[in-house]
Amino acid sequence: MNIQRYFNFMSYKIGDGPGAAMPVRADNPNAQIATKLRALYLSVQEEAIPDRFLDLLEKLDAVERRSMPDVAE
Amino acid sequence: MSDGMTSEESSFKREMLAALPSLRAFAMSLIGRHDRADDLVQDTIMKAWAKQDHFEMGTNMKAWLFTILRNELYSQMRKRGREVQDSDGYFTETLAQHPAQYGSLDLQDFKRALEKLPPDQREAIILVGASGFSYEEAAEICGCALGTIKSRVNRARQRLQDILQVTGESEYGPDATSAPITSRAFVS
Repeated sequence: MNIQRYFNFMSYKIGDGPGAAMPVRADNPNAQIATKLRALYLSVQEEAIPDRFLDLLEKLDAVERRSMPDVAE
Repeated sequence: MSDGMTSEESSFKREMLAALPSLRAFAMSLIGRHDRADDLVQDTIMKAWAKQDHFEMGTNMKAWLFTILRNELYSQMRKRGREVQDSDGYFTETLAQHPAQYGSLDLQDFKRALEKLPPDQREAIILVGASGFSYEEAAEICGCALGTIKSRVNRARQRLQDILQVTGESEYGPDATSAPITSRAFVS
């Protein structure tokens, strides 16, 4: 639950991220909104996948393999 | 070792892993809280895993997972009933608990504004404006007509502009001067 990092990253994103390369006209309200929405979204998307999900997928996969009849050739 | 079943399974898992970062971002943008968003992602993974026979390899895994996630969210909201019906109460909790943890005022305002949107408008603008789906794909994910998605996105944009008061004229618009006069009229 790294909320601090999440928001730090978000402000970083607005200033220096790839989005900054796109000229955003300050007088275009839609562009302002689009930029902020993407910044919010990307701040989560670019986080590392939490271990709980990696573990979960490992377990699901392991259970499945174990329950599969051995039909190797 | 290299039989067809095994490689198909692991590619299902691999594709799922690849879609997880955007799935989390979608959940977080919809819900506004990391803990609840990740719980929802976990439920989605379980559902998707159980339904993997229904998924056709080679089709859009991301869209498939997003569909499962939003259906799961709405079914949970229905089950919880009134507890979460008012979306403001559901979302603003975090802001009340951790006001100091939010970054720039600017983005805090934006997040709060996004949370004020009706859920159907919020998901529409997120899918099209942040997740990178076309209007057609977004309509499919939400199970509604193309025109419905377009109008939801438009209404979401308009509503966000209103809430954030981003207009071309900014604070020099008529509102800054007329608002105090209007409110004074109510007092006297």
